[in-house]
Parts: sequence; structure tokens; C-alpha cells
Amino acid sequence: MESSKLTVTTPSEREIVMTRVFDAPRELVFEAHSSCEHLRHWWGPRRYEIASCEVDFRPGGAWRIEHRGPDGEVHAFYGEYREIVPPERITWTFEWGGMPGHVSVETLTLEEHEGRTTLTARSVFDSVEDRDGMMADGAMEAGAAETYDRLDRYLEVLSGRA
Amino acid sequence: MSTTAHRLDRTFAALADPTRRAILARLAAGEASVTELAEPFDISLPAVSKHLKVLERAGLVARGRDRRWRPARLRADPLREAAGWLEGYRRFWEESYDRLDAYLGELRGRGKEEGDGE
Repeated sequence: MESSKLTVTTPSEREIVMTRVFDAPRELVFEAHSSCEHLRHWWGPRRYEIASCEVDFRPGGAWRIEHRGPDGEVHAFYGEYREIVPPERITWTFEWGGMPGHVSVETLTLEEHEGRTTLTARSVFDSVEDRDGMMADGAMEAGAAETYDRLDRYLEVLSGRA
Repeated sequence: MSTTAHRLDRTFAALADPTRRAILARLAAGEASVTELAEPFDISLPAVSKHLKVLERAGLVARGRDRRWRPARLRADPLREAAGWLEGYRRFWEESYDRLDAYLGELRGRGKEEGDGE
């Protein structure tokens, strides 16, 4: 279904915006973000398993998730919640252990229409270097060989927002 | 800043403009002259040339040697690098949100069962 697709755009050099529609009320989508009990079921790519999770879901509260990749390596992600407005908005900071001190600010916005929820996640990076560094190592790197398929897909992204 | 970060920086800066993105999308279909590139846009030839220069400096476009024609063509490497980076990010969240989607379905199912039981 078209609506289940994730769209990714880079509206400016320091931002990435993702949107996706879920066939669920936004209270539920919001709740799925609010505790480890829920997060362990879905956070991170399929081949990664959650090694540990701590979430203090309140403004100023800390969060930390570690996951283990197929190679056995553990990656830590952490930050703190800045703003929580149920069931429509969560803002938190995001840092990857592989590049400590480089923080991005993530804002999740949930909008509901006829029982379906549009999730918009906006990441704002301190610098382009941070944005690139976040992806440079194994944690989020797809790892696959460079192929023209990716280029094709990327050009689709480009023409879509042109 | 690392060389890769620098390159990506320039690539994304060049891509920040919708006209330049449209020019790249057009060049993905094959090389073209400035006149051909200007056709779909409501802008002057010098304006198109300016955009091409930015794309050239970012290494995204190469120009032919022929003085009269100087066709522009796509240089795929920097774009592939940017695409590879974005793809890694995309994959992370695409897979997470696919799993979230399935999980939400589970939660809703569970909610219904509980509701039925009451």
C-alpha cells in the first residue's frame, strides 16, 4: 500500500524529514514511543536486537537504548526528552555512542485523519559533519555495496521533491 | 572535517535547490546542452549556466569539451555517496517503522480481543 511507505527528504543541509502513515490512532503510535516495553518490539533494524533499554519518559528524563548487530557489536544511542505533548508531539536529543558529543534534535509529530496517523520525524543536526558522522560507521550504515539501484532510488527522491 | 564529510557537504548544498535537482533528474536520462536544460524552466540561459557551475563545482556534473555545444552530463560518484548515506539512514528507520506498523497491528488485535472478552 502506498501509504505504508516511508518518505525521506533533506529540506536543508542540516535536516532530515521522514514521514509515514500508520493504520492506527495516534494515541497508540504515541504510546509505542513512550516505554521500553513497547520500544523493544520495533526500535532499530530487523537484524539488530535490543541489548538494553532505559527510558525515563518525561521532560528532562534520559533515554538510552543499546542494540546488538548481526556481527555481535553493540551500539549505544542515548539522549534526553525535551518536550512531551501527548498524543501529538515528542522532542528529544539523540546521540550515538560512536560519535559522542555530536547531538541531533529529533521532533516527532503525530497527526490523525480518519483513524490513520501520519508520523513526521524531523532531525536537526548541529552540523553537516555530525549528520554525516552519524552514518559513517557501522551503526546505521547499510553496508551493502554501492549500486546504481540506490542512485536510481535517490534520483526518485530528488525528482519527487523537485 | 573529513574529506568524505566535505564532499557530502558540497553535494547536499548543491542539492538544496529545486532547479538544480530538476537539472540532475533530467541529466540522469542522458547528457544535454544548456539550451535543452533550460527548456522546461521559466529561467534564462545564464541562470541555468549558473546552476550548472554550482553542480560542476560539487563534482555532480561534467561538461563536454566541444566549445559550441558543451553538453552536460551526470557524474554519478558523489551522488552515489550521498545516496548511500541517505540509504543507510532510510533503511534504519524504514525497518523500524515496518516493525512498528506490525507491532501496532498486534496491539490493536490484542485490544479487540480484550474488548470482546468483556
